[in-house]
Amino acid sequence: MIISRLVKDKLARYYMFVLTIFCLLILFIIGGGLIWKSWPIIKGEHFLKLLTTSSWRPFKGEFGFATFILSTLYVTGIAIIIALPFALLTSIYLSEYATKRMKKFFIPVVDLLSGIPPVIYGVWGTLTIVPLISEKIAPHFVDFSTGYSVLAGGIVLAIMIMPLIISIIIEVLSSVPTEMREASYSVGATKHETIIKVLLRKVAPGIFAAIILAISRAFGETIAVLMVCGNFTDLPKSIYDSCYPLPALIANNYGEMMSVPKYESALMFAALLLFVIIVLFNAVSRIILNHVEKRYQ
Amino acid sequence: MTNTNLSDTLEENPVNIKNIKPHLICENLNIFIQGNHILKNINLTIPDKSITCIIGPSGCGKTTLLRSFNRMHDESTEVKIEGKLLLDGLNIFDEKIHVTDIRKKMGLLAQRPCVLPMSIYENVAYGPRIHGMRGRKKLYGTVKHYLMAVGLWEEVKHRLKTSANRLSIGQQQRLCLARGLAVEPEIILGDEATSALDPISSAKIEELFCELKKQYTIVLVTHTLRQAKRMADYVAFMYMGELVEFGNPEDVFNHPKQQLTKDYISGSFS
Amino acid sequence: MRKAKNILFKILTITSSVFILTLLLFILYIIVRKGLPAMNWDMISKIPEGGFYLGKAGGVLNAIIGSIYLVGGAVIISILISIPVVMYLNFIIKKNSIFSRFARLCYDILFGIPSIVYGAFGFTLMVFFGIKASLLGGMITIALLIIPIMIRSIDEVAYMVPRDLIEAPKSLGATNYETLKVLVRQLLPGITTAVLLSIGRGIGDAATVLLTAGYTDSIPTSITQPAASLPLAIFFQLGSPIPEVQNRAYASALILTILILVISFTARYFSKKLSKHI
Repeated sequence: MIISRLVKDKLARYYMFVLTIFCLLILFIIGGGLIWKSWPIIKGEHFLKLLTTSSWRPFKGEFGFATFILSTLYVTGIAIIIALPFALLTSIYLSEYATKRMKKFFIPVVDLLSGIPPVIYGVWGTLTIVPLISEKIAPHFVDFSTGYSVLAGGIVLAIMIMPLIISIIIEVLSSVPTEMREASYSVGATKHETIIKVLLRKVAPGIFAAIILAISRAFGETIAVLMVCGNFTDLPKSIYDSCYPLPALIANNYGEMMSVPKYESALMFAALLLFVIIVLFNAVSRIILNHVEKRYQ
Repeated sequence: MTNTNLSDTLEENPVNIKNIKPHLICENLNIFIQGNHILKNINLTIPDKSITCIIGPSGCGKTTLLRSFNRMHDESTEVKIEGKLLLDGLNIFDEKIHVTDIRKKMGLLAQRPCVLPMSIYENVAYGPRIHGMRGRKKLYGTVKHYLMAVGLWEEVKHRLKTSANRLSIGQQQRLCLARGLAVEPEIILGDEATSALDPISSAKIEELFCELKKQYTIVLVTHTLRQAKRMADYVAFMYMGELVEFGNPEDVFNHPKQQLTKDYISGSFS
Repeated sequence: MRKAKNILFKILTITSSVFILTLLLFILYIIVRKGLPAMNWDMISKIPEGGFYLGKAGGVLNAIIGSIYLVGGAVIISILISIPVVMYLNFIIKKNSIFSRFARLCYDILFGIPSIVYGAFGFTLMVFFGIKASLLGGMITIALLIIPIMIRSIDEVAYMVPRDLIEAPKSLGATNYETLKVLVRQLLPGITTAVLLSIGRGIGDAATVLLTAGYTDSIPTSITQPAASLPLAIFFQLGSPIPEVQNRAYASALILTILILVISFTARYFSKKLSKHI
């Protein structure tokens, strides 16, 4: 009797251990797999040339990733610049000013925003943001814009990453003990002074980590940006020009890649680029956040 | 022990406050937290330039009372306050008065030292800067003066720009004191300010209080009777939200007028 | 002056919050406004009939069922993997050991990997194993996507379980495995919320299924057949030049949005209701 219980116990333990290791390994298998698949193109071309040329003609064997890398950077940059002020102010409101009732009401709102599927943001972006840019905003600055642009991608992305930044900042702000706020009030500081000079300073690493996480999220967002960015392989010269971020490249061309040599490698290389940067950013920001929130100690 | 009995006895035996110069006066102070009547009809006079120790069993409301002095309860939505708190005659709950001005006049030293996330120098300079002090020389002078006043200067003068977190807990508490003094308050409030410290740091802080009472009015909530016996010029004993007895230590400890006080001091409950 | 700054700052934070609220409402409003006119019973009860993509009859039932199959399968796979992992990390090995911290870091990183990378990897796996674009391929890829989500959600709850609760069964003589069976019951609300969260994420994601599940107008009858999904249905229909088809894209978007809202509210309701029993 007891022996079979012990056997079950041992088996269960073994099973759990294997799965835990397996899930860990997924991370490394993905990395390894992507490296292996993109090896032909890394080996073939000069690495720097791959990253800096913008000529993309797969059927001629030309693979210059500059357009895609720059598009990703531009779109993400705009997204962060737009999202950060709103996210910061809103999380400060929710953490420091809002009553319990307001919090109960607002937090689901933020959660809902983050739960909306990317494809819906893409539809919405096509319906509202794209015409807004082509009809109301761009005419002030350029001769012509279809609206499918860097700016459109940036705006849609900004809304998509706001909930993430908000939830992290609220989390780190709530980890600051009340005593610290009271210490500031005790010398006669106002709430605003306490927030800016004491609280934000205390959670600055956490905010930094939130930004990094948001950037990595923006880097990888595929479908929403794809639907509003234009997908032209030319280098965007202004924010009203079309752009072509890395995820969109992969998503749009996976079907054709089998027909051309090295095309598959090129797309996998794009995926690898995303993977490496995102893994790095996530690792750094998680380590910072664990430290700030003093988790697992 | 009902409410009416207490107020009767207090009237029959009025506290001897004839020769005290009052600094802070509680008039019929009642505080309700989440509907619970925490402080009941407190009438207390805090004498000027002396140390008043508030003693009593845990839960009797002494911290609530202390925190009402610098209007810390403003930050909480669940607290209702009735009555007056007169500082040099002016009711601090008056709407025309800005809470930051009141807090400037009171320095609060909490139980666990909480240094601000900045350097030692900036911690002390924080208060003065907020209230408008400018100029490097002036600020430096202020910081140095108050760090010296709490006996920290020699220990930290060579590392003023380092983070305040690196200090020991005793040093941190002294830093908090310096920070509170730097805005030039009139009253210093201590909420069991030494209970988290080791005996040596504790003694240092007590020493400082005894020095400071020459210039400031000090109100301390103490958790040990021994500390009150050591330092107090006046003692206030509280029980279940009411002020039971008030007087100088000689009277309260050796000749207590209330049975409750007698019981507490003899250790029947704590 | 200081008082003015204080009040101004508060107003600024409130304005920002109201703005975000308005944004959410606006997004929902647009989806409803464009989707409602094109909604009809056919949309959710019929698969595309001949000429659907030219504007004629049919609906997106293929996509609805396809999505349900895809996410359902993925969730089952994930539960079978995530729960043992969380159990192991929290109740078998020492809670804050270096290994568990490293593992959690890795899972957090996996959590942040975008769905397109999972899609590309899933595609590579399928080519490697000779699996064609199908329900199976999609399920595996979505499972890869949601395993980190589940691990993270359940871990948050499991981490909070007090020491005595873990030790109580053991002190009665139960083995580790038997203790876990008790603890799973304790964690059921957390697991339910995690599952709902993962469903929400999985059902709305396009990049995972784009490269792995294929697309078809019919409802798959076996795991090796390709499957349509709602996000792709929306995407493809939107790209059509024919206005009727575009309108149907909006209707499909509305269907997906309603599905997500229902899942979100259910998750919220469950997590509140079940946590009362703890």
